[in-house]
Amino acid sequence: MSPVTRKDRMSMPRTAMPERDPSERARSFDKVNLGFTSQLAVLEAQRCLLCPRPKCVGGCPVGVRIDEFVRHVAAGDFGAAAATISADNSLPAICGRVCPQEKQCEGACVLTRKDRPIAIGHLERFVADFSRTHRVEYEASSPIRSGKKIAVVGSGPAGLSCAFNLIRAGHEVTVFEALHELGGVLVYGIPEYRLPKAVVAAEIERLRDLGVEFVTNAPIGLAETLDDLLASFDAAFVGVGAGLPVFLGVPGEHLVGVYSANEFLTRVNLMRAYQSGTATPVHDVKGKRVAVIGGGNTAIDAVRTALRLGAADASIVYRRTEAEMPARHEEIRHAKEEGVRFDFLTAPVEFLGETGGKLQTMRVIRMELAPPEDDGRPRPVPIAGSEVEVPVDVVIVAAGNGPSPLLRKSSPNLLHGARGTVQADPETGRTSMKGVFAGGDIVTGGATVILAMGAGRKAAASIEDYLRTGQWEQQATKQLAV
Amino acid sequence: MFLIRDAHQLAPSVKRFWVEAPRVAQHWRPGQFVIVRAATDGERIPLTIVDGNKDAGTICLIVQAIGATTIAINRLEAGDNLTDVAGPLGTPSLIETFGNVVVVGGGAGTAIAYPVARALHDAGNRVRAIIGARSRDYVILEKELSEVCETVDTATDDGSYGRASLVTDVLDDLVESGETIDHVFAMGPIPMMRAVAELTRPTGLKTTVSLNPIMVDGTGMCGGCRVLVGDATKFACVDGPEFDAHIVDFEVLAARNRAYQDFEKAQAASCQAVAQ
Repeated sequence: MSPVTRKDRMSMPRTAMPERDPSERARSFDKVNLGFTSQLAVLEAQRCLLCPRPKCVGGCPVGVRIDEFVRHVAAGDFGAAAATISADNSLPAICGRVCPQEKQCEGACVLTRKDRPIAIGHLERFVADFSRTHRVEYEASSPIRSGKKIAVVGSGPAGLSCAFNLIRAGHEVTVFEALHELGGVLVYGIPEYRLPKAVVAAEIERLRDLGVEFVTNAPIGLAETLDDLLASFDAAFVGVGAGLPVFLGVPGEHLVGVYSANEFLTRVNLMRAYQSGTATPVHDVKGKRVAVIGGGNTAIDAVRTALRLGAADASIVYRRTEAEMPARHEEIRHAKEEGVRFDFLTAPVEFLGETGGKLQTMRVIRMELAPPEDDGRPRPVPIAGSEVEVPVDVVIVAAGNGPSPLLRKSSPNLLHGARGTVQADPETGRTSMKGVFAGGDIVTGGATVILAMGAGRKAAASIEDYLRTGQWEQQATKQLAV
Repeated sequence: MFLIRDAHQLAPSVKRFWVEAPRVAQHWRPGQFVIVRAATDGERIPLTIVDGNKDAGTICLIVQAIGATTIAINRLEAGDNLTDVAGPLGTPSLIETFGNVVVVGGGAGTAIAYPVARALHDAGNRVRAIIGARSRDYVILEKELSEVCETVDTATDDGSYGRASLVTDVLDDLVESGETIDHVFAMGPIPMMRAVAELTRPTGLKTTVSLNPIMVDGTGMCGGCRVLVGDATKFACVDGPEFDAHIVDFEVLAARNRAYQDFEKAQAASCQAVAQ
């Protein structure tokens, strides 16, 4: 094969991810994206223009050396690619599947101008899956054990990433999880067809092999308090996430048939409600009308899940337009292909039901967009007199999540912001409590897996610094992120 | 896995377990609960922590077999295991020195009332208990309550033990008798708690109930246990389970608890069929 020239590269099309047919996948929880073969991965990596100052790296919230790993893939050296990614990202099989690449690395790729950025997410997933299935050894733990013990509270992306970085540095790490299964939002929130449980389990198994201890069924704050943990650990990391569902506050939200997306997805994902003979059911949606309120990834996860459970009509009800939807582009496209209906510029104002409390209809109002306010997003404004009542059997509210509430009451010394988030220095993760660090959604409010992971990694470095020096400079409250 | 150290039938379909759960035994307080799974892939159900032994690392749970999971749990014996016991969860009871307190327990709800009665007694209150049951065989914890309460009045539906009346009749008589009552706690079936709330509402006698909505995670994550309390949405798992009885919307609670009735009936029926 002759070497690929820059001109060739510029003209090569983006390698499409092999996907299962929409009509087949829309009714099944099997994976949608089938993954690159080695051949496809090499082909896609060879399109990289090898920019001298690669913009993609700057687009990655944790600064993965994307140019370097893509070059390794192009050369067919997948082990080296895995080692490169692993230096900055402890959960690549997960990030490759769930990161909003179009807003990050791929959005920064110079080829985005030609509408065919390098498929960095797909390549990352390929490298991670390849190294897992081929048992590529690419990470060495420090042979020196520090004798220091760190407690990690929460086993979601922030906690796992923090644990991974600390164990590799030679510390003893114990992860506490309130639920019976490890993985946090990765197992209760993200559906099987998008992120298989086996992939998450494999990542956790890797941590266990490296020596991380896991304790399930342990709701820190109600069982041990943070003070209790500090009595037997040298430091603690709080990564308990934003798991508290936000409701709309409109009348009728208590009707049977109205779910939070968290409850619906937890029943289906964590409690396996999609399997026959399950002990934890969801309302039978077969042949029914399901409306999901919201425009983020959680909303899309919920609506596609409803479709897979047999809904006759599964729709997204979103108060802005498609352009403002926070969901990943790939998810929106997949949802459309599978037959999800989208009602844009629409918002529910009331849910109505029969006596006995079962949902029957919802009253919705049309919206129009007004110029952006503080958050930079166009503001939806109701159009007076545009209300209509539409029949619906199940409503799933995906209007966002607030910070997990368990730690707050028992940790009076842990400063919280107005919205219930834990205050922590964005650079170091240091909180108002000596020896306690925090990161991920509990600090930022609901964000992404990769940002939580990045915060876990930063905190790990900062914890190491603290354990080495014993220095705890009290940060002025105003410097802490709220 | 959580080892069952002791299992004892208290009444038909009601069983008491002592389970190894050192973390919970160490940290629990009256009014709190655990979430239990009896099998891999089993459902998560909330159970009140009735008692605990820090030294032995065990907690006491009392289970009434009414659904598929509780039927399965009540088939377990000492030496068997529960798959998961997560906790303690929920806000502990507000135990103050109220003065004269009446604790009302209906049916298996007596198991929820007992730890509260004991804590109230330990906090220096004069505690009287009223417990109700279908018939004599179903009366539980009478002896245990008598150790921490000045009086324990019993009411049965069929009159086979104590008074042939509802617990609310007994409470009503007590109120009418002019006895000083500073606070009432009521734990049991929704209609009973509602009736107690209605009874104490006219005089504004402070009343606390422990709500039992359907839960999944029990950690504030799903919102399935949301209840209307004074027009505010509260999560029973983290804000409760105890609330001011006079501002609880029992209608919403009852309707939401019927959400999976058909499914549960079918499951319980198939469980019973297997058992026979």
